[in-house]
Amino acid sequence: MAETTEKLNAKQVLRQLQDKIAQDVWDAKNRGEKIGWCASNFPQEITTAMGIQVAFPENMGAAVGAKGGGQRMCEYAEGMGYSSDLCSYSRINFAYADLGKCEELEIPMPDFLLCCNNICNCLMKWYENLALELDIPLLLIDIPHLDEMECDADRVKYIRAQFDDCIHQLEEITGKKMDYDKLRSVMEVSQRSSKAWLRACSYMSAKPSPFSGFDIFNNMAVACVGRGTVEAAEAFEQLADEYAELAAKGETTFKGGEKYRILFEGIACWANLRFTYKTLQSQGVNLVATIYGPAFSFLYSNLDELMAAYAYVPNSNCFEKEVQLRVDEAAKNGVEGAIIHINRSCKKWSGNMYEMERQLRERLGIPVITFDGDQSDPRAFSEAQYATRVQGLIEIMEANRQKKEAEKNA
Amino acid sequence: MREYTSIVQELCGIAAAPKQQLERALASGKKAVGVMPYFAPEELVYAAGALPVGLWGADMQCSESRRYFPAFICSILHSTLEMGISGQLDGLSAIMIPISCDSLKGMGANWHYAVPQVPIINVAFAENRKIAAGVEFTLSQFKKIRKQLEEILGAEISDAAIASAIAVYNENRAALREFTRIVGEKPGLLSASERSGVIKAGYFMDRAEHTALVRELNAALSAAEAPEFRGVKVVLSGIMADCHGLLEVFDKNRLAVVADQLAYESVNFADDTPVTDDPIRGMAERLGSIEGASVLYDLGKRRCTQLAETAQASGADGVIFVLTKFCDPEEYDFVPLKRTLEKAGIPLLQIEIDRQMDSYGQISSAVEAFCETLA
Repeated sequence: MAETTEKLNAKQVLRQLQDKIAQDVWDAKNRGEKIGWCASNFPQEITTAMGIQVAFPENMGAAVGAKGGGQRMCEYAEGMGYSSDLCSYSRINFAYADLGKCEELEIPMPDFLLCCNNICNCLMKWYENLALELDIPLLLIDIPHLDEMECDADRVKYIRAQFDDCIHQLEEITGKKMDYDKLRSVMEVSQRSSKAWLRACSYMSAKPSPFSGFDIFNNMAVACVGRGTVEAAEAFEQLADEYAELAAKGETTFKGGEKYRILFEGIACWANLRFTYKTLQSQGVNLVATIYGPAFSFLYSNLDELMAAYAYVPNSNCFEKEVQLRVDEAAKNGVEGAIIHINRSCKKWSGNMYEMERQLRERLGIPVITFDGDQSDPRAFSEAQYATRVQGLIEIMEANRQKKEAEKNA
Repeated sequence: MREYTSIVQELCGIAAAPKQQLERALASGKKAVGVMPYFAPEELVYAAGALPVGLWGADMQCSESRRYFPAFICSILHSTLEMGISGQLDGLSAIMIPISCDSLKGMGANWHYAVPQVPIINVAFAENRKIAAGVEFTLSQFKKIRKQLEEILGAEISDAAIASAIAVYNENRAALREFTRIVGEKPGLLSASERSGVIKAGYFMDRAEHTALVRELNAALSAAEAPEFRGVKVVLSGIMADCHGLLEVFDKNRLAVVADQLAYESVNFADDTPVTDDPIRGMAERLGSIEGASVLYDLGKRRCTQLAETAQASGADGVIFVLTKFCDPEEYDFVPLKRTLEKAGIPLLQIEIDRQMDSYGQISSAVEAFCETLA
């Protein structure tokens, strides 16, 4: 009897790919290869082209938070002396590095560390401590925060020198050589993935959006770390095609019917993901704009542009560019309101959010609310505050809509 | 020779009245530029003939700054922004804001919208500061800053003027190193408040004038007899300990600061600017030699061993880690630092300060208990 296999949808493919990426690191470790821990926005082109396997503590922090282990791990790190004021991803990681185990998720222990501080300097301090505690080499690619709209030639030169130096040091640490033809092909594949990711995200402009914007949070792990592989490029192309098809039919996977369209600013509250999502979804509020769309695009056509691309990540851009990116996304996707997460873990992201709130309100003419939370430590989040503020946002969006209707009919 | 007490009084008076210093400079026709932490190229301001004014916040309550920063940003930034919003810093021609930590990275944008009357000079530098490419990058940014300062201040900044400014700053650093050495060797001669005031004054006055006074003080202190000291000798580590209430607690407990690893104090003057053909290059190279600062990339955590060595060399009874509340870099450093000191058998007390604190009761109890265990 002929065996029939049903084609997996993109979401399933991406989940499998995420599992494979994690398994590849374990397999490499078990083979005796040297593996690293890597910052999420470190140029993945280097490790992918060199065939070096790395695990991502930030992704682990998010996953542990989502699976309910955030508070336990954070409290353990606080027992080690780490302040509860610090990034919860880092606290989870310090706890894991010390315990060597975590019931929600484990990653192999590293032989070296790869850090890039484009998203925050917190990472630099975090990895300094890891290097000391684990007594392993640390390589830092320092990307200074941009003070202008564009990344200047001096920064490109500096980043490039560190990029080259990092390759040489990694060759020494791992015994693997950089194949520059492979690097070129990884760069090409990364572009293919990035364009597909952007195309997938672009369908959020359809009304209704063909999917729940919270799916972006789930898919971005692969967009972030695996985009240099052909499998990722194909998966994102499939995802974009599926969204295109739904959009063309006017259908959506967002359950409950899309009544209101919003921009969500900030990292998800992984430990409270269900509540934050359900509160919106149950009232027909769909997330149709987030910086995670353009954030993981990393578009370039040569090595110098690659250097600049890593300076254009969220938190590294100058504030005016950060605002522009959000205004463009919101305008393009027709948002009627915005929710800003004041993330207790992230001083960089939260430091300008009150001004962001004012500018979004003024430039887009929409209501904007903020709420207090944390990416992985549930203690900083209040369900009551969130629910009340979302309710307030919905009331204003509804009033605005009725006012517009009345004006149209007048 | 003047009595050392009189010179200390003069310097502490200046430290207590930065606003008057600024007004005096402006009245004399001088321009002034605010300099936020950490390690901004203030020699360039001096070379332009303007007064660099250190902006490390103030002990005050903040309200307007809360419209820009969330509550969990440190009080150095909150209070500096509050001063800007309230117009207290309107006399400044510009403000230099380095991007040394994540909170400072957000300061520029908040300042831009909250205090538009005082233009910003962003200070970017390399964290990979010990490698050639890092020095080149910092050099490129300092050169950019030189141009911005020339435009804002309407003054040409020549290489010769920069070289002279560097010489003035190196002399000031040497005088302050000498000062802290003498004070460390003669515990009880100056109180913690007085030691702090002498150093702090330099942030608000012409460095050459500060140097002259510190040198005069050093001579007087060297000549003075060391008192019989029965208190506790400590090394302070952290960003800063310039809080009136905190220093009072130290003084009340007869606590002598015999050395420090504070970004505001010794860390800032431990290293001279090397003399190089292009004087700005020396300024960029200096960043590579600074140790003990949590806000700079510190591979191998040299800060921890440096602190243990400082405590041992100065004969301190213990270390007080003065944690500036909500300072990530310090909070990260604290854990390995604590372990290093434990291993070296050096007693450690951690206290948390905030420029908006109005009660030091808890800190007082902790310091008292620490002193009792060491006595």
